[in-house]
Amino acid sequence: MPKKPEVVAEPQTLIDIDDVSVHFQLRGGSLSRLLGRDTGSVRAVDGVTIKLATGEVLGLVGESGSGKTTLGRSLLGLVQPTSGRIVYDGADIVGLSERQLRPLRTRLQMVFQDPNAALNPAMTIAEQVGHPLTIHKLASRGDVRQRVGEALERVGLAPVERFLDKYPSDLSGGQKQRAVLARAIITGPTLLVADEPISMLDMSVRAKILQLMIDLRASLNLTYVYITHDLASAKFFCDRVAIMYLGRVVEIGPTAEIFADPKHPYTKALLAAIPDPDPDRAVPRDLPRGEIPDAAEPPTGCSFHPRCPAAFELCGWERRDLKALLERHWASVPPEEYERERQLVGDIDGLDEPGGPAVVQPGRASSARDMNVLVQRLQGAAPDDPFWRGVRDIREVGSGVEVQFEDGHDPRLRPSGGVDVACHLY
Amino acid sequence: MSELTDRPSDDPYRRGTGEVVISARDLRIWYGTERGPVRAVDGVSFDLRAGETLGLVGESGCGKSTLGRGLLGLLPDGSKMDGTLQYRGEDILAMPARRRHDLRGTDLAMIFQEPLTRLNPLMRISEHFEEALNTHAPNLGRDQRRSRSLAILRTIGIPPTRYRSYPHEFSGGMRQRLMIALALVLEPAFVVADEPTTALDVLVEAQIIGILHDLRREIDTALLLITHNLGIVAEACNRVAVMYAGEIVELGEAAQVFRAPQHPYTRELLRSTISLSTTGLNFIPGAPPDLAAPPSGCRFHPRCPTAMRICPTRTPRMLPTTAGSLAACWLHQGGDELPAGAREPLERQEISVAEEA
Amino acid sequence: MAVEGAEPAVRTVTPSYRRLAQRFVSPITQTRGVARWILFAGLFITGVFVVAAIFAPWVAHYGFAQKRADGVSFPKRSAPSGEHPFGTNDQFYDVLSRVVWGSRTALLVVLLSLVASIIVGVLLGLLSGYLGGLLDRVLVLLMDALFSFPSLLLAIVFAFLLSERLGGGILAAALSLTVIYIPQYFRVVRNTTVTAREATYVEAARSIGAGRWTIMRRYLLPNVVHSVPVVGTLNAADAIGTLAALGFLGLGIQPQDAAEWGYDLKRALTDISSGIWWTAVFPGLAIVLLVTGLTLVGEGLNETINPTLRRRRLLPVTLPPRTQDERS
Repeated sequence: MPKKPEVVAEPQTLIDIDDVSVHFQLRGGSLSRLLGRDTGSVRAVDGVTIKLATGEVLGLVGESGSGKTTLGRSLLGLVQPTSGRIVYDGADIVGLSERQLRPLRTRLQMVFQDPNAALNPAMTIAEQVGHPLTIHKLASRGDVRQRVGEALERVGLAPVERFLDKYPSDLSGGQKQRAVLARAIITGPTLLVADEPISMLDMSVRAKILQLMIDLRASLNLTYVYITHDLASAKFFCDRVAIMYLGRVVEIGPTAEIFADPKHPYTKALLAAIPDPDPDRAVPRDLPRGEIPDAAEPPTGCSFHPRCPAAFELCGWERRDLKALLERHWASVPPEEYERERQLVGDIDGLDEPGGPAVVQPGRASSARDMNVLVQRLQGAAPDDPFWRGVRDIREVGSGVEVQFEDGHDPRLRPSGGVDVACHLY
Repeated sequence: MSELTDRPSDDPYRRGTGEVVISARDLRIWYGTERGPVRAVDGVSFDLRAGETLGLVGESGCGKSTLGRGLLGLLPDGSKMDGTLQYRGEDILAMPARRRHDLRGTDLAMIFQEPLTRLNPLMRISEHFEEALNTHAPNLGRDQRRSRSLAILRTIGIPPTRYRSYPHEFSGGMRQRLMIALALVLEPAFVVADEPTTALDVLVEAQIIGILHDLRREIDTALLLITHNLGIVAEACNRVAVMYAGEIVELGEAAQVFRAPQHPYTRELLRSTISLSTTGLNFIPGAPPDLAAPPSGCRFHPRCPTAMRICPTRTPRMLPTTAGSLAACWLHQGGDELPAGAREPLERQEISVAEEA
Repeated sequence: MAVEGAEPAVRTVTPSYRRLAQRFVSPITQTRGVARWILFAGLFITGVFVVAAIFAPWVAHYGFAQKRADGVSFPKRSAPSGEHPFGTNDQFYDVLSRVVWGSRTALLVVLLSLVASIIVGVLLGLLSGYLGGLLDRVLVLLMDALFSFPSLLLAIVFAFLLSERLGGGILAAALSLTVIYIPQYFRVVRNTTVTAREATYVEAARSIGAGRWTIMRRYLLPNVVHSVPVVGTLNAADAIGTLAALGFLGLGIQPQDAAEWGYDLKRALTDISSGIWWTAVFPGLAIVLLVTGLTLVGEGLNETINPTLRRRRLLPVTLPPRTQDERS
């Protein structure tokens, strides 16, 4: 193993992630591709800045589509950021070619989510665990097998003779994940990016693999980026946690602070949503409605505002929120009432465009007056809905009704009581 | 076997009130493989009453899914099933195949893990509902079918404006809601949900659990919820059955079982779950056994931290424990009948770290 | 979901090379029922021809272009007899010897063209599938163009072009067949590569620093060639037919270079009207038999290798009666 990083009192920055964005071009339909139209892009990661200290375990927590995996992969150069800098060892690794990145690959390693897919089905365990050594010419032929044996022993695949000449298909899920870990540590890396390493495993195996990662951290002086959607394991494993939503970090801070006093409504929601075997805990209510919106057209303002129970004037309301409100309302009334009300309102697909204000035309047999009454009734039916806090004015314009929204803007990460949080409440 | 059902008062499984929808006694489902029979389900008994949700938990490879499919008669070729399985008192295993087929869909339904593969991408949601209702409830009128579909969509939280959309226009969570709605629109008396939230995000999973939890009250359906997540059972089920190596080892009220687990397997499973209150990592050594050649006696004994000398020699029966649940463990039974030394701790073989699932 | 609990946690250890061999042989030994019979029947028929081809100098009494033995000329178009079991043809050749030597020609040409087209097709497919981009587009277009041509027409064109440079020998015939079969391997390998490229283990290979060539050789190639043996045997059957067709049209191997069934059939055309059946029946039968044999091998392999068609024989289950003591 290479020399261990020196222990210093002040935490040393291992990787400096500076305003990194990763945008993916959308491929669009065949017609728009044929016409060469701009099909837009998805901001998988959108301006993330994190300093990763040597020896720490940083958790990237979020749901699918939050950009946590993309960010983790960009740390290893597996995805090229669109902009920003990732400084490792004094040098920016953004924009490096595969060839230039190769020397770094011995020090930055990755553990994948699905152990069944992360191993080459056509190579024996000994071959693939030792392959990094062969590729980087770090050991002679005879040495490789011995080094593989050591690595397997370290990850608990002992007696190693039982595993060396096996194919992945002969191993159980937990054993495969151990082999993946062995392959990752065999070159003596400083950083391990672990992408949901336990989520595909059986309940009874998760704790074992997590324990193994903790042991490896201690014995090999590893720094981890632990990507997960599971706050419970993050709480146990991480020193620092970054909560991500739609490509942004919405809250970041020491694990203890975040779990003791979650600030961002999204963090609070994630915490409340974890199913807990404790029978005395009540089933969580008032969870955020809906799902992660389309990252190609994220909501204006704070991207969490459409789901946020605590959203208010500043959060960036727009016409799509009105459509969501209508649909929510109609999902809660009896079918007859829906049929009646649906007649009042004209086409609502125009509300799919981002931004405000919202103008709704009445249906064939109704007028602006009826619509206005309907909107008032909606407000009366659910006056506590955060939506109404963002509405500045409702008025009849021409034949339709216009709903004007408060001016909102995008919250930035700001320090608040030991953590950084991107929310207008703080 | 039949004795048990003839004398319900002696039957430890028959407790509580409400109509018994599904009653299984000593159910066995064995698979044929190239290596000989695999005892995926091996002597399982339980009752499920209307309005009840029974959570079926255990590690993968312990027969949960097989049991779920077996109850609906959806077993692959080369499997055999015996024992007693009654639907509202009618023996499912003895009834003609035709009648069993008719029951599926109308009375018995299944919610699968991957909703996208179960929805026809070329059919609108409305057409899915129309088809389901047309096949199984042909005497309904057009308007009736529509209002019934919309009503169930409302319960499940899907806006009626989306009724004519195609499956791909929905998000993953919405699709799973649709699957639940499709399974429930025929108002089946018994539903099996096999890992319905495994593919979903945390918040969406919580929403679905909330829906399942509420459904129990609103519809008088008996639900068997198969999951590996104990937290989901605690939040969505009122009863729980813990399965290990093809057998149910503990069965009881969910709150009761989670508060005071009686079987060591239940206890260890709870302890190895990582939750927000976890302060130290615990795990069960070893892996579930090969069901083609399960261990003798109590099948959990090679991994059990409290195994006794009796455990590998005799199979414990499911008997009521002092805590109120049923458990198959020698710790709670036998009394003085056991031979001397039977309760001495078992010298155990070392289980290697890597011997795991 | 697969059958739960069907796999034991750890199986017994077998040495690496034997395991590797087993990976390829096991599907054959695992064949059951009809698939097994198909495969074995095919292997038997093909085997007979292979033996005949290898031991042609001993199996055949005479050379393929021999007109006399011991100073005595063979009779022309003589009916089958003890001396000439399949008779002789219009060129005084012994039909049996022609058929036996013909199997050597057919198998040699097919083997050569098969090896060449597999090497080229698999390599191009792998490159095209993994690298993508312009190369992929150009190759896919080219291969689709080749594929959409009637294969016989293509073979005729290439046989024409090649015979000018290489003469009418075995090599020219083999190369013209090679060209028409490359697109099949290309397609199969390219499409599986495009899927396999996205697999996590390929990304894992990148993350440990493996170069493109290493990824293609160690990570993609072994995982994308599963269906090549099936396509190969089916193509071999097809190639026998195409080669015969070329010979029939006079474009294939010239009679003085080697014995060729197609050519013999063509010569026999005129005999049929005069009631001489043996000159046509025996070469024709050989073609039909070998094509059938190879097709059977291909189908049998397909049934075993292709997981969607594979049916393993499950041992029947009998539920034993319960013992009183075991449970309530």
